[in-house]
Amino acid sequence: MRQEKTAGFEPVVVAYCCTYCAYTAGDLAGSMRLEYAPEVRVVKIPCTGKVDAALLLRALEDGADAVYVAGCAAGDCHFREGNLRGKEAVAYAKKLIAEIGLDPERLEFFHIPASAGPLFAERANEMTARVLRLGPNPLRQTRSQPAGRKLVREPDPHPPLPQTKSGCLIREAKRGTEPVEPIKKEAKQ
Amino acid sequence: MIVAERKSLERIEAMIEGMQKVLVVGCGTCVAVCLTGGEKEVELLAAQLRMKGKLEGHPRTIDEITVTRQCDREYLEQLIKHVAEYDALLSMACGAGVQFLAEYFGDQIVLPAVNTLFIGAAEGAGVWTQKCAACADCLLDQTGGICPMTICTKNLLNGPCGGTQHGKCEVDGDKDCAWTLIYRKLEKIGALDRMRIIQPPKNYRPMTKPGRYVHEAYQAAKKE
Repeated sequence: MRQEKTAGFEPVVVAYCCTYCAYTAGDLAGSMRLEYAPEVRVVKIPCTGKVDAALLLRALEDGADAVYVAGCAAGDCHFREGNLRGKEAVAYAKKLIAEIGLDPERLEFFHIPASAGPLFAERANEMTARVLRLGPNPLRQTRSQPAGRKLVREPDPHPPLPQTKSGCLIREAKRGTEPVEPIKKEAKQ
Repeated sequence: MIVAERKSLERIEAMIEGMQKVLVVGCGTCVAVCLTGGEKEVELLAAQLRMKGKLEGHPRTIDEITVTRQCDREYLEQLIKHVAEYDALLSMACGAGVQFLAEYFGDQIVLPAVNTLFIGAAEGAGVWTQKCAACADCLLDQTGGICPMTICTKNLLNGPCGGTQHGKCEVDGDKDCAWTLIYRKLEKIGALDRMRIIQPPKNYRPMTKPGRYVHEAYQAAKKE
């Protein structure tokens, strides 16, 4: 079920897939010999709870045409509620890119259970079809133009808790199991 | 902790209009905890501004850096070697941080990217409520740890007023009546007799702005 390509447009779709569900579903799709859009670049992540809006914006800034996050079914997260956090992050990032005039449809969250190989292929095709409809990411042409970066910060000269050079902080000190003998004062003669 | 919210992108855009090089400066303390101006939020705003500039055909340089605190001189020192080359510094700290940055770099344009809201506490993930009005004369010992200066809409020190309605405030039905909360708390800790204490009129003199405080340990040194 390949989509028709528009002339000269090779979409780049990034898929952040949870290792427990969506990534396993991708494996299953492979075992089932299901064909899905080759434009999708799968990135394996430990949990969709790790995804934050900055990661999604970074992918779009670097020229990805669409980014989606695929996590476990609701209530099935290996880490209890990571998928819900991932979903929140995607919703927030959608709002942020809408503010700057990028189509929020370029971001999406999907629930893909580990057993759903066909669903994995379906979502990959769906997202690629969406990108072909939306056209290339307007930022892609200018991605190599420098526009700023994160400045390297020197190590904090005054960290909140400095590391001691000799000995250790009291709260890190090892405690002996034997009770400490009180210091006996010698009786004055 | 000081709670703040980010200004709208339109406001921020209007402030930096026509500028070619801007440094977004984050603050790693209060505003980082309330998810408004820490390292991640700086990254988000800088990415938004960079992308918006490119999309609208006026590319500009938006760099980013986050210091531990913007309200302490020793952390601002780290910025000295960077700031000269920028048209403006866009601070994501609270009002104190913005002003301190503007004061420290006297010949630089310093702009605020957030609105400072209040001193508050985290109620849950992403929710903060005001807890302290910084009235400089704490009477929480009298009121079971619930602040009538902050929670009571009318700042009543001798409440409740006639407008309390089943534990809610007459000014805003969504808000709890501070004095109902105080009564219930005092009841729990067996100190209901404190309700009978009549508080004298509030002394607002310590709240006179701008406040200034010299720690006792430093007072003698300052005199010398």
